[in-house]
Amino acid sequence: MNKLMGILIATIALIALLHGVEDLPKWADPNQPASVHVSPRYIERAVEETGVSNVVTAVLADYRGYDTLFETAVIFTAGVAVLMLLRRPIP
Amino acid sequence: MIWQLNLMFLFFAVIAAVTAVSVKDLLSAVVLLGAFSFFMCLLWTEMGAVDVAFTEAAVGAGVNTAFFVAAVSKTTRRTKD
Amino acid sequence: MIREQEDIIIQTICRFFIPFMQVYGLYVLVHGHGSPGGGFQGGCIFAASFILMAILYDLSEVKRRFSEKLNVVFFSLGVFIFVGVGWLCLLLGGNFLDYGKLSKILPADPVMARYYSIAVIEIGIQITVMAIMVSIFVDLLTGGEHEGAAEEEDAGSNSK
Repeated sequence: MNKLMGILIATIALIALLHGVEDLPKWADPNQPASVHVSPRYIERAVEETGVSNVVTAVLADYRGYDTLFETAVIFTAGVAVLMLLRRPIP
Repeated sequence: MIWQLNLMFLFFAVIAAVTAVSVKDLLSAVVLLGAFSFFMCLLWTEMGAVDVAFTEAAVGAGVNTAFFVAAVSKTTRRTKD
Repeated sequence: MIREQEDIIIQTICRFFIPFMQVYGLYVLVHGHGSPGGGFQGGCIFAASFILMAILYDLSEVKRRFSEKLNVVFFSLGVFIFVGVGWLCLLLGGNFLDYGKLSKILPADPVMARYYSIAVIEIGIQITVMAIMVSIFVDLLTGGEHEGAAEEEDAGSNSK
């Protein structure tokens, strides 16, 4: 009974998610909303503004520097949390 | 994009994920999770997101598996359910 | 916890592998400007070499080369480098993390200043990620029961 309930809920969730996927833009569609706003400017100007030929690095480290900074801070917090949770004081 | 190749990788990834949930031995589940990460990495490489694929290969399939193996070696190897 | 491997094949292959993994981690870091890669991936690969070292030898070998105190310093050093570059930009009259302003103290024009400072912050990310991955692995493996500073003092009487 419990397992049947789980299967039912999973199937309903699958149908809902597949229904949501239909509204997403097609793969590599040049006219999708994410590709027409700021992406062309980054792709065109990244090399002349930063000198980095890999656009992903330019966006991650320069244009979206805050994102990477706080991503590093998240890693740092995770490490400190593991340190505080698991490590016992030296007797 | 070759959609047959994508479908094959996705098929293997789903199989690895379902098997990782259903298997009783936790160490096998860890290895299957690594295989799942590897197939996702192949899928992303095939779709052109090389940076994401590299991160997935380094973090998901590499370091995460080592973490899980360390955690399993510290706790029990068999699941209770 | 992990005993020293006595199989000569595993010992030889792993000892052969570790330097190549470390060089590859640095390669991924340095070539992040022109090809996929960067601090995150390089740090993970670099940490994986230390994890392999912990599997090959026992844990005290890793701690002899990469002690707990050094690890805690490395934790913060990477974030400190990253935030320090941002503050340096702020002090030179720009916005936070506005690398172009660093051309006043670097012998380069603003474009190349951004190029170099991206390399610097990638180094910071690599140091943090590497130290934290090694630390989490060591803590998970031993359940936090290893003694950091106390063991280093009597490392000569190495008890398995």
